Amino acid sequence: MRLPCPICGARDVREFYYQGAAVMLDRPAPDAGVEAWDHYLHLRENPAGDLEEFWSHDAGCGAWLKVVRNTVTHEVKSAELTAEVAR
Amino acid sequence: MRVDGKGRVDRSRPVSFRFDGQSYSGFEGDTLASALLANDVRMVGRSFKYHRPRGILTAGSEEPNALVTIGKGGATDPNVRATMQEIYAGLEARSQNAWPSLAFDLLSVNDLAAPFLGAGFYYKTFMWPRAFWEKVYEPAIRRAAGLGALAATKDGDHYEKAYAFCDVLVIGAGPTGLMAAWVAAQSGADVILADEDARMGGRLNAETLHVDGMPGAEWAADMAAKLAEMPNVRLMTRTTVTGAYDGGTYGALERVSQHIDGVPKGGVRETFWRIVAKRAVLAAGAIERHIAFQNNDRPGIMAAGAVRAYLNRWGVAPGQAISVFANNDDAHRTAMDFQEAGVDVAAVIDSRAEAKALGDYRVIAGAMVTGSTGRKGLTGIEVQSGSGTQKIATDCLAVSGGWNPTVHMTCHMNGRPIWNEEIASFVPTPGAIPGMETAGACNGAFSTAACLAQGVAAAKVCLEAINMKVADVDLPVADDTAYSVAPLWAVPGKGRAWLDFQNDVSVKDVRQAAKENFTSVEHMKRYTTQGMATDQGKNSNVTALALLADASGRGIPETGTTTFRPPFVPVALAAFGAGAQGKGFAPERKTTSHAATIAAGAPMIEAGMWYRPSYFPAPGETTWRQSCDREVGYVREAVGVCDVSTLGKIDIQGPDAAKLLDFVYTNMFSTLKEGRVRYGLMLREDGFVMDDGTTARLGPNHYVMTTTTAAAGQVMRHLEFVTQALRPDWDVRIISVTEQWAQFAVAGPKARDLLNGVLDTPIDNDAWPFMACGEVSVQGVPGRLFRISFSGEHAYEIAVPSRYGDSLFRLLVARAEGAGGGAYGMEALNVLRIEKGFITHAEIHGRVTAQDIGMGRMLSRKKDFIGKTMAARPGLNADGLEQLVGLKPVGPVKQLTAGAHIYSDGEEAVRAHDQGYVTSVAFSPTLGHYMGLGFVRDGLSRHGETLNMVDHLRGIQTQVALCDPVFFDPEGGRTRG
Repeated sequence: MRLPCPICGARDVREFYYQGAAVMLDRPAPDAGVEAWDHYLHLRENPAGDLEEFWSHDAGCGAWLKVVRNTVTHEVKSAELTAEVAR
Repeated sequence: MRVDGKGRVDRSRPVSFRFDGQSYSGFEGDTLASALLANDVRMVGRSFKYHRPRGILTAGSEEPNALVTIGKGGATDPNVRATMQEIYAGLEARSQNAWPSLAFDLLSVNDLAAPFLGAGFYYKTFMWPRAFWEKVYEPAIRRAAGLGALAATKDGDHYEKAYAFCDVLVIGAGPTGLMAAWVAAQSGADVILADEDARMGGRLNAETLHVDGMPGAEWAADMAAKLAEMPNVRLMTRTTVTGAYDGGTYGALERVSQHIDGVPKGGVRETFWRIVAKRAVLAAGAIERHIAFQNNDRPGIMAAGAVRAYLNRWGVAPGQAISVFANNDDAHRTAMDFQEAGVDVAAVIDSRAEAKALGDYRVIAGAMVTGSTGRKGLTGIEVQSGSGTQKIATDCLAVSGGWNPTVHMTCHMNGRPIWNEEIASFVPTPGAIPGMETAGACNGAFSTAACLAQGVAAAKVCLEAINMKVADVDLPVADDTAYSVAPLWAVPGKGRAWLDFQNDVSVKDVRQAAKENFTSVEHMKRYTTQGMATDQGKNSNVTALALLADASGRGIPETGTTTFRPPFVPVALAAFGAGAQGKGFAPERKTTSHAATIAAGAPMIEAGMWYRPSYFPAPGETTWRQSCDREVGYVREAVGVCDVSTLGKIDIQGPDAAKLLDFVYTNMFSTLKEGRVRYGLMLREDGFVMDDGTTARLGPNHYVMTTTTAAAGQVMRHLEFVTQALRPDWDVRIISVTEQWAQFAVAGPKARDLLNGVLDTPIDNDAWPFMACGEVSVQGVPGRLFRISFSGEHAYEIAVPSRYGDSLFRLLVARAEGAGGGAYGMEALNVLRIEKGFITHAEIHGRVTAQDIGMGRMLSRKKDFIGKTMAARPGLNADGLEQLVGLKPVGPVKQLTAGAHIYSDGEEAVRAHDQGYVTSVAFSPTLGHYMGLGFVRDGLSRHGETLNMVDHLRGIQTQVALCDPVFFDPEGGRTRG
């Protein structure tokens, strides 16, 4: 599998560290309550299809990418810099 | 025998080789198979299960029978297909699975027992007694069955991995592939053309067909030569593309040195390629299938296409009286080619009633071969037709049940092939591999003209997809005979008719499986072992599933195929793992003090990829404990020096640097004064401890964080995530500087004296109190000094740019030795930190909270930080949790062991009574007894209690008293002194 790093170009998946579903951007406030934190930390959709996920280009530029990948076909539909998505 | 005037071997260059100890001669350009056939060697192996005599069946990588062992010792290569092995002077090949010899094999008695050895025989027979399976049955079965044996010694040859990138990868260099590559190359694309053969051309080398008025083989050679001259083309012969993977990545095995005698010095035996292609054309051709009839496996019964390949390419007639058994027109070429070459053609038996001779040979239409004779080689066949049964003398029967497109690669990403009634076989599902087009015979197009046209068309699709202008290319003129086939899978009749030659699966086995309700093709496969041998059933799978469909009353499309998986051909693990053995598997990271440490005779210990000294042995010491105790004494009484460069160092700069640290650490760093260091604790967002370390403030917006050696990578990635994903608006930059700085601990009462001997400006306690930091000049080199301690002593860490590390280490150790101290290693470091109750990842192992290690007060109430909310979860603050304690032996047994568990005194040492466990232990030479750190339920409030430590693994039981984890100098006076 290859991921199109916006900084480095298309790179082999072995250069990346996989984090999982890209739901960690919306960090709840400290007082958001048990349910919000439980969702944030533990509950993940597990779709057979497109999934937004985080990959870190560990063996490359160090950028965290938000990638849209089809979990059935492994087709990578997009990859953006998390830093830009989060702004 | 050789046929004059035929073939493309170089008859001016004879090559001698040996097979089973016997010397033979072939020509340059021969494969082992063609050379053996030229020497009239017909039996080349024994079958897997019944040890039946077997000969060469095919002329390609799909060969199931002719497997030989080549090479000796560690370089032994078993299961080499004789059809793929080029001969060279000195080649030594040995037959397999026969004892004592190929001609007289004792285990061929298995063949007589065949009525009892059908599908599922092992499962049904060796069911009980159960204990016998592993000890008696399985070893005996394994001895009797099997192919070549692996050498039990190390393979000394080199294998390589390599990477290639291209616009268009063309897989297979037959007419289709050559044409596709030509169009892509002419259009300016970067092209890789790979073929598993040593010679480009595919079937054109095996046929007498013409392309553009030239003999096909010459046209192919001409095309290959023209392509070879183009700078944008890489031709890869002897390279089998083995698998299609995500993102246009393909695996390929290049047999670099198999066609020469031994791997040349500095060379490699095989290279495993990872080819990344923007687009690919699969032009893998087709594989001829057999027809099942009684005794259809005798040496001399071969695939019809292979029989004429031996004639046309290698100038070899595999027999003196050739017969053909077929259900299609294509196989008639075999008769025509031999007729033309002057070799006797006994008859063509065609199952189709309407079949006619296409040349001057005898055709028996509407007939079938129902049996064969000749124990170690074919002598005759029995033919049944409307007019009755007749016997025909023949020593080579060329069989063709039609051609199966080589669809394998199109199924590597879950694609399933589609049944095509017209050719009675499966064709690829379009788009089964994203970015890959299929063309030619693997796509079900069997005439040369159709192959050439599909090659052009596939290249066009690829080029247009990557926005390249397609060059105009003339389509060569070629044969366009239609392919006509009438399905014939098995000839009705008694006796064993073979499907999978390598695993000895017969028609009866498949029918038996269906009868026993193994009607799913995947179940049938596993029950009968059809297609599970090293050839993966390339010759027989389609026939087997057609028979299964028939036996289970379904159509072939509903029955479907088994799953084709990579690799397409067997690949040695050494090739897959090339570059990943030994140091390639576990690279070494060395500190700047490595050479000096090795020179001092220190045994090294791995810490992740780092190599660090265990201890520095002194003359007369016989055990590591002696060295370790002495080194602890250096630090407690004089001064010790230790390389701590492996700790992660992260440089943090920017106006928001302090905010970042406040957010990732549980405690405050924005309040840290410049020139001061603070210990920090880092949590994961789920509230558990991630890492700890010290961070120094070098300037208003400049910090240097240290991490543990083990978590350096994890912490860096975490900080990247926080700065990029959670706080992208903060103005702060981070970078790892672990390898830029060499850092040494200088610890002990004489630490400052030692440093004042190497620093250009002396320091004192007022300017450099505990937890001070700053820039210093070390023998003229700008460095950094941190007054921190991991030993509880008056200690510093001094850092210089890495290039000065070696010389500074040697200087510090020499000065320390002059002061009654010296270098110390990991063992002493560990003792020193346990004496002080300092934690490492043995304690912060991912399942402990700040509260568990007695650091609950470090969780700031004044700010938010990563992990704060979840650390406050009731479950992490309840009673009964395991908390960090010190452990001291108090009974007659004095030993503590890490990993042991803690139980209440008097209670049975079983899980239900478990009170906790030991994480770190050491003998303290300072205190004169063992000490340990561990986690015990509610341990913080149980100091003074006596419990039982039980190490079930080592059989040790020790009475322990719980105590404060700080064993030595709890007031910390020595650190500040």
